[in-house]
Amino acid sequence: MYTDKVMEYFTNPVNVGEIEDADGVGQVGNPVCGDIMKMYIKVKDGKIADIKFKTFGCGAAIATSSMATELVKGKTLEEAKKLDNKQVAEALGGLPGQKMHCSNLAADALKKAIEDYESKQKEVK
Amino acid sequence: MRKVYLDHGATTPVRTEVADLVYKYMTDNFGNPSSVHSFGREAKKGLDHAREQVANLIGAEPKEIFFTSGGTEADNWAIIGTAHAKKDKGKHIITSSIEHHAALDACKYLEKEGFQVTYLPVDADGMVRIEDVKNAITDQTILITIMHVNNEVGTIQPIKEIAALAKEKGITMHTDAVQSVGKIPVNVDDLGVDLLTVSSHKIYGPKGVGCLYIRKGTKISNIHFGGAQERNKRPGTENLPGIVGFGLAAELIGKELKEEQERLTKLRDKLIDGIVERIEHVKINGHRTQRAPHNVNLSIRFIEGEALLLSLDMRGIAASSGSACTSGSLDPSHVLLAMGIPHEIAHGSLRMTLGKANTEEDIDYVLEELPKVVERLRAMSPLYNKKQ
Repeated sequence: MYTDKVMEYFTNPVNVGEIEDADGVGQVGNPVCGDIMKMYIKVKDGKIADIKFKTFGCGAAIATSSMATELVKGKTLEEAKKLDNKQVAEALGGLPGQKMHCSNLAADALKKAIEDYESKQKEVK
Repeated sequence: MRKVYLDHGATTPVRTEVADLVYKYMTDNFGNPSSVHSFGREAKKGLDHAREQVANLIGAEPKEIFFTSGGTEADNWAIIGTAHAKKDKGKHIITSSIEHHAALDACKYLEKEGFQVTYLPVDADGMVRIEDVKNAITDQTILITIMHVNNEVGTIQPIKEIAALAKEKGITMHTDAVQSVGKIPVNVDDLGVDLLTVSSHKIYGPKGVGCLYIRKGTKISNIHFGGAQERNKRPGTENLPGIVGFGLAAELIGKELKEEQERLTKLRDKLIDGIVERIEHVKINGHRTQRAPHNVNLSIRFIEGEALLLSLDMRGIAASSGSACTSGSLDPSHVLLAMGIPHEIAHGSLRMTLGKANTEEDIDYVLEELPKVVERLRAMSPLYNKKQ
């Protein structure tokens, strides 16, 4: 049911973990629906210098989380904000239909992390 | 890599001798049991013998066995056929909230026809309470349908007691015994049921065949139309290869039942105890002792079931889960939710169902691999904190 790419990212996900002194943190989902994604970003010169994730969820949830972090690492915040869930799924060679909504939230978590970073920047100013 | 199949609750491999017989009835003995000639007569002999074999396994008379396309059809027939036959007597049906969808969806269909259905709750172990059955019975009740062994958590229901209540009030009693036949002794007279469902592919027989036991004198309408087969009750040319395979599978499992029941109980307990010993934050789902010998069901907190299944599969271990992702809906297993298990814990459920081929070494292998898989997934989970 999953593409080889999904299985590859589920089996050996990149960027798993937490960033203790993260500049921004974003979380989406809830335990009732069975998927929670949490993203941590480190920002330097307007770019995502480091990114890590933690995910509670199915194979698709873990693979999309990992793929999303890989797609935006080193990109500017503006570029990263443009990432949407559909692009993440495409980068994995597609997802089964029923997984497109419930388990494909990584881009949303990333946007929340960037928002968190930006709101903190405003406070500093 | 070692391969360990722990999904016998889903289906079982067909025994070689059964497969050989199925083949023989597809090639040499291909006749239609309704035909007059020798080909037909030979086929009819096979059909009659299979009926005896299945009847023997559950303590029934051969003429009380009606072959169907499987457990789902037998459940549908038992429920819809009884409702239609007895609708002038009353329109109330009692079932439980943890039935297989073959029963639940038949009840839902009848609700649309104007029948009232009571879905009984269960306790934390997944057991129906006799008191609840008693209180649910009205003078309109025509049918009680409650499964013998729950397919997900393995809890053995008090069918004998419930059937006694039904008998007192002239209510038809049906039980879906798909997960109990061949696992624990099942006798229709001991249980006191009027209707009982059996499936072939759960007892090392072929798929696409099962039966409904109908006690002599039980009122039930047909739900299929078009021929005189199965004593005018279930038309259509018999699936003879499937039926003879089912018959032989039933005979063979009956011979091994007692020994296998003891062996699987030991393996089951070794697996449960071993997991509880090795992994923290694990909850055993279902009754600890009133439980089918082949069933292990547990919730592993902070991780999700499908991710667990995929990881185990990569290590050659085949199991199943009640998580939403594997149930095909947005909600996790209706059985676990009915037992009062919260959504987030139900999502992390793992069912392992043992069978003939499983050995001690298989269990040792699972006990070695499962903790590693759980640790890896927990390390990725934002819900898990090592200090917990």
